[in-house]
Amino acid sequence: MAGPGNIPPSASDTGYRSLIGPLLLPTWAVIGIFMVLPVLLMAVYSFLTKEFRGGVIWDFTLAAYDQFFVTRGLFGDEPAQIEWTYINIFWRSIWQAGLATILCLLIGFPTAWFIATRPAQTRGLWLFLITIPYWVNLLIRTVSLKFLIRDNGPLNESLMAIGLIDGPLPLVNTNLAVQLGLFYSYLPFMVLPIYAAVERYNFALSEAAADLYASRWATLREIVLPVVKPGIIAGCILVFVPSLGAFLAPDLLGGAKTFMIGSLIDEQFKGSQGDWPFGAAVAMILMTLVLIVLLLYARAQTRGATR
Amino acid sequence: MKGVRYYPGFLPLTILCLVVLYAPLAVVAVYSFNGSASITEWGGFSLRWYTDVFTGPEAVRFGQAAWNSLTIALIAATTATVIATAAALAMLRAGPFRGRQASFALINLPLMVPEIVIAVATLIFFSTIGLTTGYLTILLAHITFCIPFAYLPIAARLEGVEGTYEQAARDLYATRAQAFRLILLPLLMPGVISGWLLAFIISLDDFIITNFVKGAGMETLPTAIFGSVKQGIKPNIMAISTLMLLVSVLFVTAAYLINRKGRQAPATPGKTT
Repeated sequence: MAGPGNIPPSASDTGYRSLIGPLLLPTWAVIGIFMVLPVLLMAVYSFLTKEFRGGVIWDFTLAAYDQFFVTRGLFGDEPAQIEWTYINIFWRSIWQAGLATILCLLIGFPTAWFIATRPAQTRGLWLFLITIPYWVNLLIRTVSLKFLIRDNGPLNESLMAIGLIDGPLPLVNTNLAVQLGLFYSYLPFMVLPIYAAVERYNFALSEAAADLYASRWATLREIVLPVVKPGIIAGCILVFVPSLGAFLAPDLLGGAKTFMIGSLIDEQFKGSQGDWPFGAAVAMILMTLVLIVLLLYARAQTRGATR
Repeated sequence: MKGVRYYPGFLPLTILCLVVLYAPLAVVAVYSFNGSASITEWGGFSLRWYTDVFTGPEAVRFGQAAWNSLTIALIAATTATVIATAAALAMLRAGPFRGRQASFALINLPLMVPEIVIAVATLIFFSTIGLTTGYLTILLAHITFCIPFAYLPIAARLEGVEGTYEQAARDLYATRAQAFRLILLPLLMPGVISGWLLAFIISLDDFIITNFVKGAGMETLPTAIFGSVKQGIKPNIMAISTLMLLVSVLFVTAAYLINRKGRQAPATPGKTT
């Protein structure tokens, strides 16, 4: 079959041009049918009427969104007001995810910097050490964390044994435990993009700043941070987005007071108490929120690229 | 004076970072060898909870869950790897084409939509088409979200293999299938293997989506563990956790070593990746 007529038209084409359709068909079919279609269907469901015992009736209504945003009193006969219950759950989730992101940044940046400034031979090993926990089952990591910080767990026992505290620190079922759990779940997502940015950083810039009598920290603030900002923003998004919809950390480490979006959605699909249209609506609102964050990120990136 | 790369306090923070990441896992691993039935008191070194995992009252339940988890991960990772390899060939070996951007977005979609949203959407979808939730629905969901994880290492590797090898083979009258099987696939293998391993781990790891589409009576290891943990952390859970930890570490270490070996072998002469 080979011959002058068969010479590929470009260097990147080695005869696969005519196969684009068949090669991509499985991807389009699988992700299209089992992800795109379900998400579209979920959007439709959020406008349907709920059936008791779970499931839906195919009558279109705005009831689910109305339930989310509007209250008309206990018996539904009062003037419409803003319903704060669910907005507050979202607000708390944003707050928790935000604090976890800041915590990840405060520890993740120095770690990424430290690793990126190691000699090339040991850098891979450090990175490997940071990434291993990510590949360990998230459920197991969360359970392990709960085991460690529970009231009579090893952390409290050792702190009491050395006399640092008199009684156990009540960590489990607090906001702090949830933030710690989210931090623990997604820390590698912060380290890796910042590491990639610092690795490309031209240290001659720092040297120039030092020659001009800038202090170490002034150099960090004025030179390093602006240059590696894309990596920092990418890390923050990679931590913030999954934290926002997290289920395991708030469910296992938190209590009723730390109820987050993930648990709210989960509740709507469990047993006969469920409300599928409302669950679909909450999921739609969460997805919209995440898409806004991602779009802002994409816009900031393209603006940064054209500058 | 120390160089511009040095910042005081960054080493302690790195060590803190590693301690935070590893301490809970280390503590659970140590306590899994606890001889006492209480999770608080230390009763000497013992393997009783490991024996309990395999022969105890919950052995059948966890055994069945482990079997489901392993077979689902095996099938899902293999299917996703085949699909992702085909996609990578089209994306990187066929030049520019219409729909390339859209295909790229589609492949990465499972990474961008929050897991809980995928879980809800998938449950609604299966319920609407009338497919009873169970083994098959878990498997279909896993294949879908494993695709981007398999794709990333394969595409990264394929980018590093220049087209000249296949072109040389084609010039020497190899068919397209021969050029793929004898030239490209062996060069691509490190990427394919690490893609498969990562997809396998991701499938084994999943809780949220599985929990939504598993149906009643069907368990994978994470959902079985979650069910147990809801009633309190028992010592046998720590033994199971330690075993799973070991499997994850072995797999990731294998992926890391294969990748490094692949990078040392000159896939692209005169060009370091």
